[in-house]
Amino acid sequence: MSASLATVAYIAATILFILSLGGLSNPETARRGNLYGIIGMAIAVLATVFGPRVTFAGLPWIVGAMAIGATIGLVAAKKVQMTQMPELVALMHSLVGLAACLVGFASYVDTSVVLTGADKAIHELEIYIGIYIGAVTFSGSIIAFGKLSGKIGGKPVLLPGRHWINALAALVVIYYGYAFLQAETIPAGMLPLAVMTAIGLLFGIHMVMAIGGADMPVVVSMLNSYSGWAAAATGFMLSNDLLIVVGALVGSSGAILSYIMCRAMNRNFISVIAGGFGTGGGTAAKKQDGEPQGEVTPISAVETAELLKDAKSVVIVPGYGMAVAQAQHAVYEITRFLREQGVNVRFGIHPVAGRMPGHMNVLLAEAKVPYDIVMEMDEINADFPETDVAMVIGANDIVNPAAQEDPTSPIAGMPVLEVWKAKTSIMMKRSMASGYAGVDNPLFYKDNNRMLFGDAKKMLDEVLTALKA
Amino acid sequence: MSLTIGVPREIFVGEKRVATVPDVVGKLTKLGFKVAIETGAGDAANFPDDTYRVAGADIVGSSSELWSASDIVFKVRAPSSAEVGLMKEGATLISFIWPAQNPELMQQLAARKVTVLAIDCLPRQLSRAQKMDALTSMAGISGYRAVIEAANAFGRFFAGQITAAGKVPPAKVFIAGAGVAGLAAIGTAANLGAIVRANDTRAEVADQVKSLGGEFVKVDYEEEGSGGGGYAKVMSEGFQQAQRGMYAQQARDADIIITTALIPGKPAPKLITADMVKSMKPGSVIVDMAGEQGGNCELTVPGEAVVRHGVTIIGYTDLVSRLAKQSSTLYATNLLRLTEELCKTQKEKGDGSIDVNMEDDAIRGLTVIKEGAITWPAPPPKLPAAPPPKPAAVAATPAPKGHGHGAGAPMAGSTMAIVFGIGALLFWLIGAFAPAAFLSHFTVFVLACFVGYMVVWNVTPSLHTPLMSVTNAISSIIAIGALIQIAPPLLGSAEGRPSGLILGMAVVGLALTAINMFGGFAVTRRMLAMFRK
Repeated sequence: MSASLATVAYIAATILFILSLGGLSNPETARRGNLYGIIGMAIAVLATVFGPRVTFAGLPWIVGAMAIGATIGLVAAKKVQMTQMPELVALMHSLVGLAACLVGFASYVDTSVVLTGADKAIHELEIYIGIYIGAVTFSGSIIAFGKLSGKIGGKPVLLPGRHWINALAALVVIYYGYAFLQAETIPAGMLPLAVMTAIGLLFGIHMVMAIGGADMPVVVSMLNSYSGWAAAATGFMLSNDLLIVVGALVGSSGAILSYIMCRAMNRNFISVIAGGFGTGGGTAAKKQDGEPQGEVTPISAVETAELLKDAKSVVIVPGYGMAVAQAQHAVYEITRFLREQGVNVRFGIHPVAGRMPGHMNVLLAEAKVPYDIVMEMDEINADFPETDVAMVIGANDIVNPAAQEDPTSPIAGMPVLEVWKAKTSIMMKRSMASGYAGVDNPLFYKDNNRMLFGDAKKMLDEVLTALKA
Repeated sequence: MSLTIGVPREIFVGEKRVATVPDVVGKLTKLGFKVAIETGAGDAANFPDDTYRVAGADIVGSSSELWSASDIVFKVRAPSSAEVGLMKEGATLISFIWPAQNPELMQQLAARKVTVLAIDCLPRQLSRAQKMDALTSMAGISGYRAVIEAANAFGRFFAGQITAAGKVPPAKVFIAGAGVAGLAAIGTAANLGAIVRANDTRAEVADQVKSLGGEFVKVDYEEEGSGGGGYAKVMSEGFQQAQRGMYAQQARDADIIITTALIPGKPAPKLITADMVKSMKPGSVIVDMAGEQGGNCELTVPGEAVVRHGVTIIGYTDLVSRLAKQSSTLYATNLLRLTEELCKTQKEKGDGSIDVNMEDDAIRGLTVIKEGAITWPAPPPKLPAAPPPKPAAVAATPAPKGHGHGAGAPMAGSTMAIVFGIGALLFWLIGAFAPAAFLSHFTVFVLACFVGYMVVWNVTPSLHTPLMSVTNAISSIIAIGALIQIAPPLLGSAEGRPSGLILGMAVVGLALTAINMFGGFAVTRRMLAMFRK
């Protein structure tokens, strides 16, 4: 295949990738979008393999490596539970980061490309930046995976003077970058490169460790963005436009997604990245006299069933608790039963419910909940005053009235689902503990709120039994 | 030590309510109290002594015996001076008191060294106080009853009908004041089928009026009439004039007028003049719920129903007593909730003791006399941190839209200038120093960023997870990088190239990205297959 043919194939692949992202704007076209992505990737890989920059000698290696990777990837994709999606995605990001590092190192030690002057400096800078982003993505994603899968505690770990540590790390990276560009020989350049990689890895760990569990949706989409930038940097390094374009697409889409998440939490992007939310502010606020007090009204599963049966309009607000308890199927059974009885059941989804963007939608889709009754926060908020029962399943911060009522609350101003405006709200929780943001929830104490304590799955099964009885 | 709650018979003329009901007696007993009821206390509200006895209360023969035995007294009406004299020293009294209107009573109570919780002094702004809010529960009942009284005196149907015997127009009801009583009246009248209009000086109640099926009539004059605590305040002269014009017009049109306008501590505003009454159709009805404070209508005779200019004017002051069973039940429940608040600090659950905790905003507000010391008026509660203008502000700034084109609110001019400045500087630096080959890549890069930006804004939030997993799969395009390193066609100087090392790294890199590539697309496919209508 000639160079021109390969380039044309790359253009085709680029278009397919753009169509793929565009297709995801709507559930109807999303499946086709994924197909475009697969075709685009296939074209890109085949065009490269049979293109001018790969010789026939490499073919066995390529086939072998791809076969191993494909087997692992397909098995993982088949076996993963939908509730574990965030972990899987985070883990996959780390692979891209690691691959970017490896490609960067390989590119550096490759002496077959001889450049001089500004070209050499730019090329080396690209290598340097590419490896750095790759390293941060790799270690950051590993930590995010650990946090999401519960192997590492969700609480932010805050080192004293962490901003100074980060600033120092940045300075060291810049200094060694200079040393790296000055290095005459490859062995001389190895030391700066190795130090920078180590710092990149540590920085990735430090950055994600400092971010609380509630901000995980932002972190996951941010790492997604990083993996894109890493690919783009690699593209610059290897003078490959396809890599640049696709890397930039992924990078900017991840960045926008992070921005959307941040806005949904009314948080500044910088402050999320700077980390530390979820402990400091929360405990300080608890000591203030605005602390909600009063009594909570517990309710049994049977009484919940009664309330649901008598309701004309029900809104279900799922949260991370539903994911943890794997309760989405029980939720769907209840929904189906109530809908058969003529009850208007809808779902209200907060943009940051769960541990990654759109987490709840995926779980509900898995349980076959029709997506036209799954509403966004803005669509459903106005309907709460006309709602008879709002059932909150394992969510907390996203329904916290303090965000609107208490200007001193750490989550003040965050848009929330106004479940307390419903005639009755039922809060399904394991305990009175506060959510990931560590903020007490005055909703518990509202007169029209009922608490249904217990594991979401178990409680919903009991509610369903009572409904059918 | 378990305290005794005593409930005397109400001695005020026409008062039929009783401060507790048999259902509540059982619950009080559970809290550890003994309950004593004066014989005949519940008769007027259809709760005979036996029903209390069954619920576990002691029936006491005389009021003097009851007062002297009670550690806590539940009452409806403020006690008479004779009753105050019967009180045990150190006891606690819970009832309506109206301390502003009854300074002498306050002195007498203080002299008896008792603690008094005036249910009318509840800080109503506290949301957790709502369950104890007897003013609200009583007002709701009187609003309902006012409509029933009006229907009774009115010679026609409320609902419009078309029958074989002719067409019946619906009754037009106008309700002045949309407080709790007014709103209850609106709901009741609308349920009976009448056309209901209502007015209030507080513009924010318009939605509440509408929600109950009424129509809100505005006064054509700009002034905010919210006086705090859910009451209205006195309005300016200009406003009052405009208001009178509106009332005159409503009087000519309406069949039934129900007035509920009260301003705390002041005589009721005269809303309906004699001329307005004259202009009403014969057979119309006015129910003046402010009778006790002098009435909203000039011709009202408090406590009586009179006919003036062919219009029946009902000024009953005992609307609540006319629904004695209902009002007693609600009042008893309010007092039960209050008792529970007082028991919150009990060392052992159900040990029948109370604690008048002055740190608690709700209890602080209720307590008008503490162990003989007058503590009324209470300082305003700290809680209402949300000032009245706030709801409007919240409504005016709708939550930013989750997706769509553009970044929501436009940037401020200065921010915009800074962003452009930095951008221009960066571009200049790159243009000045970078080689041409780099620039062509850079062009592609910048344009791709923008394409990504435009495409992703349109993605619906429900598809954010598939989007992430698809972009993740796409980012395995980095495989290309590994591919071209595995076995490049070596041109010229292949010497000293650590081919083995490069090959090794590239193969590992390729395997890793392959996991991502296949896994990512497969998992996205699996996810998307689940989205269905």
